[in-house]
Amino acid sequence: MTWEPSPVAVERERYRSRRRRRSFLLALGSTLVLVVAAVLVVITSPGWERTRSSFFDLDVATEVLPGLVQGLWLNLRVWVLAVVISLTLGLGLAILRTTAYPVLFPLRALVAAYVDIFRGLPLLLVLLLVGFGLPSLRLSWLPIDAVYLGTGAIVLTYTAYSAEIFRAGIGAVHPAQVTAARALGLTRAQTTRRVVVPQAIRNTTPALLNTVVSLQKDSGLISILGAVDAIRAAQIEVTGAYNFTPYVVAGVLFLLISIPLTRAVDAYSERRGWGATRPAAGVAR
Amino acid sequence: MTAQVSDVVENPDASAVLSVRGLRLQYGDRVVLDRLNLEVREHECVVLLGASGSGKSTLLRAIDLLEDVQDGVIALRGLDVTDPRVDADAVRARLGLVFQAFNLFGHLSVLDNLTLAPRLVHRLPRAAAEQAALQMLERVGLAGRERAYPEQLSGGQQQRAAIARALVTSPDLLLLDEVTSALDPALVGEVLELLADVRAAGTTMLVATHELGFARRVADRVCFLHEGRVWEQGPPEIIDAPTTPELAAFLGR
Repeated sequence: MTWEPSPVAVERERYRSRRRRRSFLLALGSTLVLVVAAVLVVITSPGWERTRSSFFDLDVATEVLPGLVQGLWLNLRVWVLAVVISLTLGLGLAILRTTAYPVLFPLRALVAAYVDIFRGLPLLLVLLLVGFGLPSLRLSWLPIDAVYLGTGAIVLTYTAYSAEIFRAGIGAVHPAQVTAARALGLTRAQTTRRVVVPQAIRNTTPALLNTVVSLQKDSGLISILGAVDAIRAAQIEVTGAYNFTPYVVAGVLFLLISIPLTRAVDAYSERRGWGATRPAAGVAR
Repeated sequence: MTAQVSDVVENPDASAVLSVRGLRLQYGDRVVLDRLNLEVREHECVVLLGASGSGKSTLLRAIDLLEDVQDGVIALRGLDVTDPRVDADAVRARLGLVFQAFNLFGHLSVLDNLTLAPRLVHRLPRAAAEQAALQMLERVGLAGRERAYPEQLSGGQQQRAAIARALVTSPDLLLLDEVTSALDPALVGEVLELLADVRAAGTTMLVATHELGFARRVADRVCFLHEGRVWEQGPPEIIDAPTTPELAAFLGR
């Protein structure tokens, strides 16, 4: 079917393209002004030369890179392990909190207290308490390795986070879906497993993916306990040389993982129709 | 609210598929069903008429044990299912309920919607459940759509799939709760057509609806609900010759 735009439509389109060009030029102009200003401030600062040599020294960067990459490999292993355990436990706890079995009442109360506590405590504090507190109990069966204790502390905090996310997701499942399942004769447990949980997981996927991304960053906190991850490796280099380039390199390494990950998550969300790239409150115009 | 001496609840009719005696249900102070009596016999199609809020949906949900009742008896083939010691899941498995808003499972394909209960509740092997589901889909005119997800279907198709889901387990009694009220007029016809076929196949049905034409054509008996009771009942002809002023008013006469 062919369609000749009417003069009205042509005129409207001309107006719109003028507006688009104007918007683009405005965006370009404001970006340039900001970048130039930032560069000028940094370059003309009295300490720029020293800062450059102590933070952006290419020789130091190449020298420390292999050690930092090795450290990052530890971060990645901690990350994957913590993600798998936290999400699994979090889902389990969320389901437990929604069950109605009277026998499980004390357990439900315990879970509620656990979630309240570990969602409210700073992760750094949990790391310190677990990392230095547990070994002081001198339990022979307890691993005292900083990596295990650190991962355990991250799991404690992130299990609480993901339990709350899953709980919200379970709450968002439409009651009519539950009614429909029970009307078919499904038991409570069957309804939970076959209808509520699958829909809750779909509801919460964007929030869970964000949690996974932030866990990747927080895996660097285990360095506080002395585990030689990317950050700790950088710290060791810095201590000897009084040159801070290793920190910058470690930062770049983390970004190399987290930026593509974030973009992948966004692209996935966009494809599933959860994208939030439209301007807030935007409609056709 | 003043306390009320409950009438003596008569014994249910054990020869009927469904026998409701002296049913009372209230939400807070609002009495929705009040000493309601109702029978549905084998292969019978009973249509429930009544204004919005007259308790039609509540009655259907109570029969499917989705609501607690304050008094009275609901008996299925003589078994008092209002007894709290009766396994409600087993009772619901013997009944089919179709909702106004379809309530298909959004995360499952049409086929999986139909095989969920046969496999989990009735313990059919997957192959047998799928074969039965495919036959049922063909019967409701959805052959070839078994891989589709509910959101990919029109409203009429979704409701036909929901009816198929309720029928695939061969329930003793099919409960239909205003199943055409969420459909636009062009889609109402296809669903009512299907229900007439289901009726012709001998399915025992209790149908809450506002479709008077359907009631005239398909019902064996029409029950008019008013103030929580069966106010007037009889053959479909009562729609054209109501004896109570309340039914006449409801019909706009």
